[in-house]
Amino acid sequence: MMWAKIFYAFLALLGGIAYGLFLGGVSRKITARMQNRRGPTIWQNFIDLWKLFRKKTAISHGVMFYLAPMFRLVGGAGTFLLVPIVVGSPYLSNFSFGGDLIVLMYFMVLGCLGMALGAAESGHPHAPIGVTRGLSQMAGYELPFVISVVVLMVADKTTSIEGIVRAQQGGILHWHLFTHPFAAAAAFISLLGMMGSYPFQVVLAPQEIAIGPPTEYSSTFLSYMFSGRSVFAVAKYLLFMNLFLGGASNLLWAFVKTFVIFLWPLFITNVFPRFRLEQSVLFFWTWPSLLGLIDLVRIYLVR
Amino acid sequence: MGKDKNYFLNEKPEKMTYGGVFRKINDWARARSLWVVAYGTGCGSIELRPTFTSRFDAERLGMRMVGTPRQADVLIISGYLTVKTLKRVIRVYEQMQSPKYVVALGACPINGGMYYDSYNAINRLDLYLPVDVWITGCMPRPEAILAGFKRLQELIDSGKADGWKKYIENLDWYRENQRKIIKNWRMPNYNW
Repeated sequence: MMWAKIFYAFLALLGGIAYGLFLGGVSRKITARMQNRRGPTIWQNFIDLWKLFRKKTAISHGVMFYLAPMFRLVGGAGTFLLVPIVVGSPYLSNFSFGGDLIVLMYFMVLGCLGMALGAAESGHPHAPIGVTRGLSQMAGYELPFVISVVVLMVADKTTSIEGIVRAQQGGILHWHLFTHPFAAAAAFISLLGMMGSYPFQVVLAPQEIAIGPPTEYSSTFLSYMFSGRSVFAVAKYLLFMNLFLGGASNLLWAFVKTFVIFLWPLFITNVFPRFRLEQSVLFFWTWPSLLGLIDLVRIYLVR
Repeated sequence: MGKDKNYFLNEKPEKMTYGGVFRKINDWARARSLWVVAYGTGCGSIELRPTFTSRFDAERLGMRMVGTPRQADVLIISGYLTVKTLKRVIRVYEQMQSPKYVVALGACPINGGMYYDSYNAINRLDLYLPVDVWITGCMPRPEAILAGFKRLQELIDSGKADGWKKYIENLDWYRENQRKIIKNWRMPNYNW
């Protein structure tokens, strides 16, 4: 049974990477249509990934430089494997277990930290700037996200994703999106920061600090980071689906709901310019955090 | 150099083999995913902006601008190349990872164009860098640039765009030419 579970989790991981790359292509296509041009094919990210994977590498910047893309990939894949896709299904619940939400919140940081160490070793001046910004930004969006997750934990008296999904069963109005709208708003705003959507795009910051932390990364390294990033994005969509949109009863619903969540940062990112770092962090520490706190207070008063 | 040892190659780069089992797929993918380093050397870069934005939309060919040479495939020499810029261009070109391609834009890299008798402009680019595609004009319109990139894609698809291999094979000859122009060579010998 254990081996079957590992086998299905591995299949799900491959599917997650492919789905993430596909979503990346769709987002490039939608962006292009919004800018009134044709845009690349929706399979463009697969082509990019293959090209990057087969490019040659002639540089070496030390051990951590090599390990960082692996951290990124493992961080993404690990997060993905901790989130159940279809709760209750023996094949599609990955390695979720009781209390996994707390483990997950720690694990989501791993990729960023590995990236920070590796980028710092690359020696390019833009990399430490990007890393500093990334870690500060993380301190910003973690606060509203943690507040809203705590709201759900307190409301449902459980720390497992499966328990939170089960608490939302019985119709669309039982979803946490509707029962705890303020906490949901806080979490969805912090999702913008997690995804590096545009008002909060201070880390990669194209045209400003080249491409930030991965400035020195090339070819195969970049392909690992690319796939790690894709699967990490899918993991976050799945997590939000489970926390706020009532989970999924089968694979089709999982696709539909994650696609809807994927559209939210995409539409925001295409119409906004960029905050400065301190504006971005200050924003996260005020409005979404206050929204989250409203629901936290409400939970305690109602009980 | 001591503490910078990690950041540059200390000996000549090896000749790179090219091919393998997936050669056809690799060439196919490389032709359809050209990342251009966003670096304008001369006045021709003014034509690259409309090429890459909504009007002419080079992204539908799979092309993208990237901000760092490490991730780029294509270096565009856009127009005249001064002696001062040549040094930077060599560093950028050598920091790009193989396989990499050079596109020369306009009349100036071919024979000097209107700067043919200038004291600080390069007349023939292919003495210093291997060029895969030339696009003539002064300046070439975005349509011409797109046609040039189509040609580059055909060359890559058929495996004929191997300037990067020739550069490594004939590095001594290129270095000799480059050092004739750049008198104060204050950079690492091998910028990879």
